[in-house]
Amino acid sequence: MAWQWFHRLGSPRWFYQKSSAWLPWLGVASLLLLLIGCVWGLGFAPQDGKQGNSYRIIYIHVPAAFLALAGYYIMAICGAIGLIWKMKLSFVVMRAAAPIGAALTFISLFTGALWGKPTWGTYWVWDARITSMLILFFLYLGVMALSGAFSREQSGDKASALLALVGTVNIPIIYKSVDWWFTLHQPATLKLTQASTIDPSMFYPLITMIAGFYLFYAWVLTLHTRTMILQREWRTQWVRELLGQTAPGRP
Amino acid sequence: MCSESVAVAKGGQAQEAGVSAGAGPGFMALLRTELLLAIRRRADIVNPLLFFVTVLAMMPLGIGPDPEMLARMAPGLIWVMALLATLLSQESLFRGDYEDGSLEQISLLPQPLYFAVLAKVAVHWLVTGLPLAVLSPLLGLMLNLPAAGYLPLVISLLLGTASLSLIGAVGAALTVALQRPGLLLALIIMPLYVPVLIFGTGTVQAALDGYAYSAQLAVLGAILAAAAALAPLAAAGAIRISLDH
Amino acid sequence: MEFQFSSFAEFLAMNGHGPYVWVSYLVAAVVMIALAVAPLVIRRRLRREVAQELRLEEARRRAARERAEESRGAVATQ
Repeated sequence: MAWQWFHRLGSPRWFYQKSSAWLPWLGVASLLLLLIGCVWGLGFAPQDGKQGNSYRIIYIHVPAAFLALAGYYIMAICGAIGLIWKMKLSFVVMRAAAPIGAALTFISLFTGALWGKPTWGTYWVWDARITSMLILFFLYLGVMALSGAFSREQSGDKASALLALVGTVNIPIIYKSVDWWFTLHQPATLKLTQASTIDPSMFYPLITMIAGFYLFYAWVLTLHTRTMILQREWRTQWVRELLGQTAPGRP
Repeated sequence: MCSESVAVAKGGQAQEAGVSAGAGPGFMALLRTELLLAIRRRADIVNPLLFFVTVLAMMPLGIGPDPEMLARMAPGLIWVMALLATLLSQESLFRGDYEDGSLEQISLLPQPLYFAVLAKVAVHWLVTGLPLAVLSPLLGLMLNLPAAGYLPLVISLLLGTASLSLIGAVGAALTVALQRPGLLLALIIMPLYVPVLIFGTGTVQAALDGYAYSAQLAVLGAILAAAAALAPLAAAGAIRISLDH
Repeated sequence: MEFQFSSFAEFLAMNGHGPYVWVSYLVAAVVMIALAVAPLVIRRRLRREVAQELRLEEARRRAARERAEESRGAVATQ
């Protein structure tokens, strides 16, 4: 009895109907937070003593990096749930999470490169964290490529879920080894990872942006999942009724 | 050679052994059959080695013959090429067995698929990783690798290529049902090779810089132990997914 | 808390770091908007396809009904 909600959650139709109530709230809240965070971070947060104004990139770089990593775990956990409990919805969420995570990883890499130019004088450094992010990006691309390669949807679901799980086991190892590799090759003059305390006046907009990114992620993931549900279930009666009733030019 | 009869023979042989006395003898029987088959397909053994040597011979042509620069790049070049050679040979790891149906037979055996995968990977390492490691001093010589680097290069390759074979088996199992998995296999497996590559070249580099390299070898050993425990499990799961396809 | 720049031009310039900051925000915005809009585009296409499919089925059904009526009519006149 206690598991009833869990099984209901596995039904794509149930999720589709329930999620339409959350969607506007998520969207409005995330856009509001992102807007406040951007204005605050760009205009009102004080200038950094050392890096000047270029540090303002932190307000998108750090939240994007946070979610790129968290997104991989979300994807892998959904894949695991799908594999263990054979839950259809879980695979759909996993597949929807892959391109979103890849896009956020791209944002964090791109903004990191632009931040690097005025700060370190070069767009790209093989810094431990940047390299790990790049490998994370490749992991995302691998999951996406594998899930798309199968002609049968279920095989693609299971195979990419397994790959995501293998990747999850590897991420800490990859991170540690890249970290070790970087300390080995780090030139003494270039210190990129300095422990620095961040002033509250800079920190609050950052927290706002992080919260905004989390809500944005939830919103976009729900949107993608809902659309993918429609794509997969378009032969069923409820999707046909849903899509057909508002279709223009129906006789 | 009739592939079907091979499949039946392989399945039957392993089945007899597996039913009678648990996983151990079944494992040995599979190992022996696989090794015999691998040795008969001589091209599959020779081609990765030829690839390894040919591409490494291209390197000085691409980056210039300066001995000092080659010496500095040698550990990384040899390791990256060993990684590529392993990766390229991995595509066919389960392919033949998948196509002639013996993979399905093996998956129906009472003994866990884990041991069958382990046997196949062990054979793959014996016919690619081991020869690569044995051949590597010759390539070190061509790339002007300093004397201190040879022993760590061979040991790190011996340990590292075994891990590469194990990790790659997961990718090979995931893509075995696909028509042309070559590039996709590289795309999904390369990121997982990163730790092995880092510690493999790290071993040789440490030796060249005059430091002790036992710590790096220990990490490579740890990676191998973890991969031997986990990768065949993942590969077995992947095989079941692929057979379902 | 106050606005850190004395003029709008200064806000855009950001002490010479303007291009880096603005391009970062712009690219992030473009990618995020694309993420939010992509499902809508897919959904619109899907809706068109389903509508077409429904129309096709409807037409097929009507044709079948007409054929049935015709043959019934033919039987009646015989």
